[in-house]
Amino acid sequence: MALKDYLRQRFFPHMWCPGCGHGTVLNSLLRAVEQLGLSKNEIVMASGIGCSSRISGYVDFHTLHTLHGRALAFATGVKLSQPELNVIVPMGDGDALAIGGNHFIHACRRNIDITAIVMNNRIYGMTGGQFSPMSGVGINATTAPFQNIDRDFDVVKMATAAGATFVARSTTYHAQQAADLIKQAILHEGFSVVEILSQCPTHFGRKNKQGAAADMMERYKDITVPVGSKKKAENPDLIERGIFVQEEAPEYCREYDKIIAKAMKG
Amino acid sequence: MAKKKLKQHHIDRDWCKGCGICVHFCPKNVLELDDMDKVFAARPEDCIACKLCEIRCPDLAIEIETE
Amino acid sequence: MSTQVKFVQGNEACVEAALYAGLDFFAGYPITPSTEIAELLSRRLPMAGGKFIQMEDELASICAIIGASLTGHKVMTATSGPGFSLMQEALGYAIMAEIPCVIVDVQRGGPSTGIPTHGSQGDIMQARWGTHGDHAIIALTASNHQDVFAMTIEAFNMAETYRTPVILLFDEIVGHMREKLVLPEPGEMPLVERLRTSVQGGVNYHPYLPREDGRLPMSDFGGVHRYNVTGLYHDMWGFPSADPGVAHGLIRHLVDKIENRTNQLARYKEYFLEDAEIVMVSYGSAARSALHVVKNRRNRGERLGLLELQTLWPFPRDIVREKCAQAEAVLVVELNMGQVMQEVKKALDHPEKVFLANRIDGVFITPTDIRKILRLIQGKGV
Repeated sequence: MALKDYLRQRFFPHMWCPGCGHGTVLNSLLRAVEQLGLSKNEIVMASGIGCSSRISGYVDFHTLHTLHGRALAFATGVKLSQPELNVIVPMGDGDALAIGGNHFIHACRRNIDITAIVMNNRIYGMTGGQFSPMSGVGINATTAPFQNIDRDFDVVKMATAAGATFVARSTTYHAQQAADLIKQAILHEGFSVVEILSQCPTHFGRKNKQGAAADMMERYKDITVPVGSKKKAENPDLIERGIFVQEEAPEYCREYDKIIAKAMKG
Repeated sequence: MAKKKLKQHHIDRDWCKGCGICVHFCPKNVLELDDMDKVFAARPEDCIACKLCEIRCPDLAIEIETE
Repeated sequence: MSTQVKFVQGNEACVEAALYAGLDFFAGYPITPSTEIAELLSRRLPMAGGKFIQMEDELASICAIIGASLTGHKVMTATSGPGFSLMQEALGYAIMAEIPCVIVDVQRGGPSTGIPTHGSQGDIMQARWGTHGDHAIIALTASNHQDVFAMTIEAFNMAETYRTPVILLFDEIVGHMREKLVLPEPGEMPLVERLRTSVQGGVNYHPYLPREDGRLPMSDFGGVHRYNVTGLYHDMWGFPSADPGVAHGLIRHLVDKIENRTNQLARYKEYFLEDAEIVMVSYGSAARSALHVVKNRRNRGERLGLLELQTLWPFPRDIVREKCAQAEAVLVVELNMGQVMQEVKKALDHPEKVFLANRIDGVFITPTDIRKILRLIQGKGV
């Protein structure tokens, strides 16, 4: 199937700004789905609120555009009630990690077979550029006019600590790798998290003098290294890309099937 | 596997928002923005069909057809 | 087959009814005084092949049941005041996206943490207006376990019929009290099943286009019809729309589908109303004391009657108006500061004849409490 056949083409051009990394994430996601040969009827995409969450409107799957931060909770209901469905949950960084942080860590802990994609642009774009939990110290934002003092956190470390059994990171510059990681995440049986650094030239780039979209993507090339690279040891500020966690552990829906079997035996 | 050769650039001008990502990253300098800030293949003969433009395009506006 | 009789808590009566109605997915979070519902279902649901999940909070619980409803399941969550507050956002989502689900609120004293182990009926207005924006809602209640059973079945039936969340507003007293429950035989009580579209795959299915009878057939997620579900104003395909005409039509539809059926949705019981000079209006546990007083006074020849409301929302104003028309005085008996009394006043031509007998201290209202107010109304002094 051609990539465009997975799209609701009547809604294009999409609503994202010129150069927004979220479009590239959509591009990578569709490539992953295409390469896996998944049928559109077996995919449910649940999303929350924000720029990132508009992604669900553009794909021709069963789509559930929900509440800010709560996409994983809706998705948990979908998946547990109908485990044969592939459930993909793209989220923004504020969506997934601020208002939805609790749902995020508990979805990781349960190890339910859902693919979470964190489209991390370090800003609340839809509302006009307020700092997010991923902005970090020293960033300019409309709610940090004297620079941000809020520390950020590491999604990969948090997902790992919370028990996600597949954890990976890439960027929109590394779109090929991003597509490959999403593919592996969908195939993984258990809760998977793929963080994709995604540029917001409109609200983050401009305020923080990071240039145009392409300049921001060049920066992803410069500030990231493959997992385990020697450069990271020399320069701890570099951000690692690749797969951090990939392990087998009991998946929630399968474990619940065992509960049903046990309960029915009496 | 033999290298694929370019047949045609399919560019959806309605979808293209002229962000310039494809132009910036094209390793052979094939693409340019026109007066309307829409991308076009200025030097298609130089294209090596690497598809970097296609996979990075945030507007899903470019498709590289190979022979 | 012999009739099955049980001696149970109200919460257990609700569980029995939910299973009878076909509940097969429950998500919840522990909170007094509703926790027994989750505990019982964690055992009973998997025994019947259904699924139970304990979520990280009430926000997640209601979201999870909405997700499960979309795959074609009958779903429920149960909570109490503080948890019900947390559910308001997603309750609005279920209203907007027209997703059948049942939400049980076993009321305790509030606001805030209030008094978890004592009863109250303080969430009547929260059930009506707790979520933001113009909307209509269905909320049912019951005063005894047989009625808890019946209203729980009704809740599932109404949720499926009207594609809407339905709230069961029980209270701690009914929830925790033990009394007899006669379980109906399978098939004895009518059940409404999910109305699924007959439109074939490949043909345009409109998830938000009502049929001539007003019902909106659904298509399960994972089936042949792929559509969008959103909390935004949306068109008949489920896609966001900022068109004023679409927005107006949607809000009118969401309100009208319930408000225009107020009489049809009204469930109530009446006792000695034919010639009643004083009509008591009550519901839930408070109606038990009200009925006790009415029966005692009837034995003494006093013309008292009781209208026991089971549908609280949409408020059955026509029925209240009709039943109270001949009354010299109307006494609303409830465990709050007069939340239903205000509605009764709005429904009547002479709001000045409406009085309130209430308690707000976590203590169950007794017949003696009601008799004190009756003496005042009857001019017999304190």
